[in-house]
Amino acid sequence: MSEGDYRSQSVRVALFVTCFGDTIAPRAGRATVAVLERLGHEVVFPEAQTCCGQLHWNSGYEREARRLARRFERVFGGFDAVVSPSSSCVGTLREAFGVHNVYELSELLVGRLGVEDVGASFPHRVAYHSTCHSLRMTRVGDAPFRLLGAVRGLELVHLPRADECCGFGGTFAVKNADVSTAMADDKCDVIEASGAEVCTALDSSCLLQIGGRLARRGSAVPTMHLAEILACEASA
Amino acid sequence: MTTLRPFPLAAREELQNAQLRANLRHATDTIRAKRARVVGEAPDWEELRAAAAAIKDDVLAQLDRYLEQFADAVEASGGHVHWAEDAAAANAVVVDVARSHGVTSVVKMKSLTTDEIRLNEALEAAGVEALETDFAELILQLDGDWPSHILVPAIHRNRREIRDLFARTISPGLASDDPAALAEASRRYLRERFLAARVGVSGANFAVAESGTICVVESEGNGRMCTTLPEVLVSVVGIEKLVPTLADLEVFLQLLPRSSTGERMNPYTSLWTGVRAGDGPQELHVVLLDNGRTRVLGDATGREALRCIRCSACLNVCPVYTRTGGHAYGSVYPGPIGAILTPQLVGIENAPTLPFASSLCGACADVCPVRIDIPGILVHLRAQAVAATRRPGERAVFVLVAAAFGSARRFSFAQRLGRVAQRPFARSGRIRSLPGPLAAWTRTRDLAPLAPRSFRDWWRAR
Ligand code: SF4
Repeated sequence: MSEGDYRSQSVRVALFVTCFGDTIAPRAGRATVAVLERLGHEVVFPEAQTCCGQLHWNSGYEREARRLARRFERVFGGFDAVVSPSSSCVGTLREAFGVHNVYELSELLVGRLGVEDVGASFPHRVAYHSTCHSLRMTRVGDAPFRLLGAVRGLELVHLPRADECCGFGGTFAVKNADVSTAMADDKCDVIEASGAEVCTALDSSCLLQIGGRLARRGSAVPTMHLAEILACEASA
Repeated sequence: MTTLRPFPLAAREELQNAQLRANLRHATDTIRAKRARVVGEAPDWEELRAAAAAIKDDVLAQLDRYLEQFADAVEASGGHVHWAEDAAAANAVVVDVARSHGVTSVVKMKSLTTDEIRLNEALEAAGVEALETDFAELILQLDGDWPSHILVPAIHRNRREIRDLFARTISPGLASDDPAALAEASRRYLRERFLAARVGVSGANFAVAESGTICVVESEGNGRMCTTLPEVLVSVVGIEKLVPTLADLEVFLQLLPRSSTGERMNPYTSLWTGVRAGDGPQELHVVLLDNGRTRVLGDATGREALRCIRCSACLNVCPVYTRTGGHAYGSVYPGPIGAILTPQLVGIENAPTLPFASSLCGACADVCPVRIDIPGILVHLRAQAVAATRRPGERAVFVLVAAAFGSARRFSFAQRLGRVAQRPFARSGRIRSLPGPLAAWTRTRDLAPLAPRSFRDWWRAR
């Protein structure tokens, strides 16, 4: 068995919920816990955790960012596997800070635990937005599609220009608000035209952007983190 | 050096132009699809990229040695070499050559490097007209406009606009906006000028150190007219254009056309070495241009930008560039490559907003044929921009936030504070308007408020 391959074992994973997920989108974190526990794994939440340093890193505050990354390592260094519902935090931890025991949720499930069917049921039309960092940093490949494909009743709709950025980009969304909004509009156009009932992704931050613009445009399409869909079970 | 206009302001103006966005979308979609097709059929694409990056890194690591080797080879084959520290020095060489031959006009092939040094303006000031012979550059020159794309300089213009321009200038009465008719009109105009020209000016795509050979790739063949018909040729070469050997071109001549025009091979590839009696120009001047490049070389992270072969693949996939076009970047190098190269060439203090003109989506790095880590360099330059500009308000916020992240207790406290502070703004689960810098968000987007219960509070209570 290769290192980090935990197929058919019950494992203990530490959850890194991210500063954003802790504060603004806790449902994604709660859903992550629900899915992993349903599969028989143990989830622990080291309460000393705060932020990985990505915000400061991408904004040019290198010293502060490195301090936070070192802090992350102190808190999580002792765990074999850390899971996070954010591919952009995982990608930054890996690429910028050289932290390698951390996995994005779909990576952990499909790549490490070898699960595709997590026993979820979600009878709706869903548009999956491939976030930039899941595509090009963590390179999750088809893991999210395998997970979504195994959800009962779920119909996946195709989005044209699926690999194009939604315009979030952290402080970019504020510093370059006009360009960011133009990007969000193109993304909302394809989501609305797709007939999707829900838009999902691996990053709550991108969903903040897409959901915020959809709402302002008066669109009825809500956003849900992929973990939230995976946490849905058929009501008995 | 004057400070560039802040990118967000320039971008806002360009975004107003719906025609520009539609043209850009159409043109970049087409090129992207073509590129993807021809890259997909190259089985050793990743090996080629790795080889190109390694060759360029070797050149940059020993640039002084390769430059001397190149200069010696050019002189041995009958050319003259001029070292130009900056734009003014390079322009002075070209002006001197034109004057010494008593000409009042020169023909030019498309060259970003000469755009960078504003050669046309310098020549004009000296009473010498510079005629652009590339189809798109000609369009822009006739209209007093400037390029917005590295490879397709007039990407922001469409056929009708070009027909109207030609009818006003070089081809009175032109009625058709058919591409063939437009090309024919420019051909007629240019042919006479080529035959009359005595001095030609070119740039270079590659310069071969071992042989002193200069290489130019193009689509139209007009460049070849500039480098073969006149008696005198001046080539302006950025010092980063060197490759060690002719054999190295094998790598780059596969990567460049596929990345730029989405072709397996470009229609015209010209190579010339010094002068040869009775064949082509009888006088060759090679201007080796620094103009900030040695400064870039001094930055161990940023220097990767000098690998660039100006293919423009990064522009075509960039979600920012495809919305704003090239003019917003304020320099001849637009898009992702401009965002990392311009601040380094002109000094970060003169272009501090450019490294932020990106959502760090990474699409550029995926297509770059010489594997430049564009997002990594953007982040690196952001740190320099923060250090070089005084923004006390922003700094205070980031320092404060970092302090809050410094302990879980402080972080929890900040979460509670935030929940209280947002109360006046949150209505039925959404925030529609906020003061301060976050107003830039809420002007166009709703904001999800901080959750009533943080994850850590939920965890503790469960
Ligand atoms: S940075 Fe890379 S992709 Fe962009 S123009 Fe240069 S070589 Fe091409």
